[in-house]
Amino acid sequence: MSPTRRTRQVATALAVALLTALPACSAGSDGTSPGGATGTQEAVDAALREGGEITYWTWTPSAKAQVEAFEREFPNVRVNLVNAGTGNDHYAKLQNAVKAGSGAPDVAQVEYQALPQFALTGALVDLGRYGFRAFEDDYTPSTWHSVQVGGGLFGLPQDSGPMALFYNKEVFDRYGIAVPRTWAEYVDAARRLHAADPTRYITADTGDAGFTTSMIWQAGGRPFTTDGKSVKIDLRDEGTRRWTSTWNQLVEEELVAPITGWTDAWYRALGNGTIATLPTGAWMPGVLKASVPDGAGKWAVAPLPTYDGTPVTAENGGSAQAVLEQSGKQALAAAFVRWLDNGNGVKPFLDSGGFPATTADLGSSAFRDLAEPYFGGQRVNQVLTAAADQVAEGWSYLPYQLYANSIHADTVGKSYAGGAALDPGLVAWQQALVDYGNQQGFTVTTG
Amino acid sequence: MAVYLVYALVPLAWLLISATKTQRALLGTPGLAFGDTFALFDNIAATFTHDGGIFLRWLGNTLLYVVVGAGGATALATAAGYGLAKYRFRGRRAVFAVLLGAVAVPGTALAVPTFLLFSELELTNTPWAVIIPSLVSPFGLYLIWTYAAEAVPDELVEAARIDGAGEVRIFFTVTLRLLVPGIVTVALFAVVSTWNNYFLPLIMLSEPDWYPLTVGLNQWSARAFGVGAQPIYHLVITGSVLTVVPLVAAFLLLQRFWQSGLAAGSVKR
Repeated sequence: MSPTRRTRQVATALAVALLTALPACSAGSDGTSPGGATGTQEAVDAALREGGEITYWTWTPSAKAQVEAFEREFPNVRVNLVNAGTGNDHYAKLQNAVKAGSGAPDVAQVEYQALPQFALTGALVDLGRYGFRAFEDDYTPSTWHSVQVGGGLFGLPQDSGPMALFYNKEVFDRYGIAVPRTWAEYVDAARRLHAADPTRYITADTGDAGFTTSMIWQAGGRPFTTDGKSVKIDLRDEGTRRWTSTWNQLVEEELVAPITGWTDAWYRALGNGTIATLPTGAWMPGVLKASVPDGAGKWAVAPLPTYDGTPVTAENGGSAQAVLEQSGKQALAAAFVRWLDNGNGVKPFLDSGGFPATTADLGSSAFRDLAEPYFGGQRVNQVLTAAADQVAEGWSYLPYQLYANSIHADTVGKSYAGGAALDPGLVAWQQALVDYGNQQGFTVTTG
Repeated sequence: MAVYLVYALVPLAWLLISATKTQRALLGTPGLAFGDTFALFDNIAATFTHDGGIFLRWLGNTLLYVVVGAGGATALATAAGYGLAKYRFRGRRAVFAVLLGAVAVPGTALAVPTFLLFSELELTNTPWAVIIPSLVSPFGLYLIWTYAAEAVPDELVEAARIDGAGEVRIFFTVTLRLLVPGIVTVALFAVVSTWNNYFLPLIMLSEPDWYPLTVGLNQWSARAFGVGAQPIYHLVITGSVLTVVPLVAAFLLLQRFWQSGLAAGSVKR
């Protein structure tokens, strides 16, 4: 399996490189009307009464149950559910269809990190047109911020991923190590754990772009700022250096397991205690419960360690649903998105183990006080919903974040592979991103 | 040699052993050890029934793409290669130059432009989008060309002409038999490359019902990533084994045709 995955990664990186290169000419042409149009939801209601057929691309496991529930509620609407691929495959196809001018679905799942890219190329409908700005108070500030690009509203948030520290309580107890509250304590725990048993590691990390950006986010770094066609990249800012000064110690002392996330080896290591903690998004309980049965009763959740004791965290992952400009049934598609992320579609999503972006669900006591048998009866959502309120503000992704992520392994990844400080890798990443951005017609400056 | 054997066989052994494990044993036991239970048949059954039996559909799609695509590519390469080898006409050298250029361009690099072209023709997301590009095999054409130049003696073709046979009849009764080893080689190349084709169908198709096995299995594999991940590695591995089996069968079946130069040296020059 590994050789195919390797070729797949190469192919995908190539595809992303090719595809992000294509739409640049139209970047920022329209669809980013500053201030955002604000209409009413009447057209959406009318389209829903009229009915019709729409196509929805997603890889969310709960989508099937959601579409069935929607069609029961609105029998005159048919939703053609298509899993066109996961992550980059999905975006490659979406970008292809946008470029070709046909073949895109009416509604698509788009992760927050990918949203600016599609929004800025005019591929997505500004939902402000249908009065969806009225939903602002229904979502956490960080997710609402994530679906806005250049003053437009380009999707409704579905899930969120405020970060917390998932840790293997059994391992921590066995070696008498306290759960770290600061990153200094985390590094110390890493050293003690690995010294006590060289087969165990505090965490696994071989350089994941999503993790890098989330950790910079938490440390207060804001390396990417975009204003129309001008982009500023500063991967040497204070926050970024605060993160590397912690993480460099772990990488240089080889205290992180060289296991790539989401592989069979990674799942195995989560089950057998090789990996003692995971600083990751609040959606992780669903993954652990579904895919790491051997970890049942061992794992627990704590707030993400901080630098100075002040509670602060960042988002990791999460997606929104967006309506494509290409759609011939934009109002009906918007109605489906409204139902999905601001109506009865949220419940099937929660039932499948999703972590919501809606404040009402985050605040409900049924959700907060749910005791999870997998986590030894711990009320994990109390920790995770608290984290949702502590997400640092002001973060933005690059308008070509998908490309940036695809070359992360070739730059920052090299630091990990060599057990060296991450800063030179970040500088190489920055240089590649500046060059690419300028080629794409952005005016890129560095800090 | 020993190193090569280990390099070639260990992954295969890993694949075969892993196919006998449950998802849980797959993640709980070392790679080259058997699990507690021998779950191969359960895995095969699960592979064929998961997602409403879509694996069988993918298998059928792959067969369709191979039979029509690779079969068509072989037929076209044979006809064209023979024509270029045995007939003198204007522009032959130009064809040669274009052909060499085409051999040098990797198919992957053409996938995106091909997508845009097919989108104009409204053929994306249909089986044609996979079949039509795979009908063209510059390398196969080149192979037949050089093979026909050697394996089909001009004297034999001339003798047939003197006996009063038409060009079409000569091709089907005389030439084709002499070309069989070359055709089998080209067919094997075309079958393998169509069977393993990943990037083109990945780009062209968005409807899982039309996926070939490669893209479909990768989609199953991708379920292990990210939010809401539900890894089904045991099915991906079993599916991979089932995907390799027909290829191995094709090789064993076709290799007996693989005798070279049936008529080489049969004519005195």
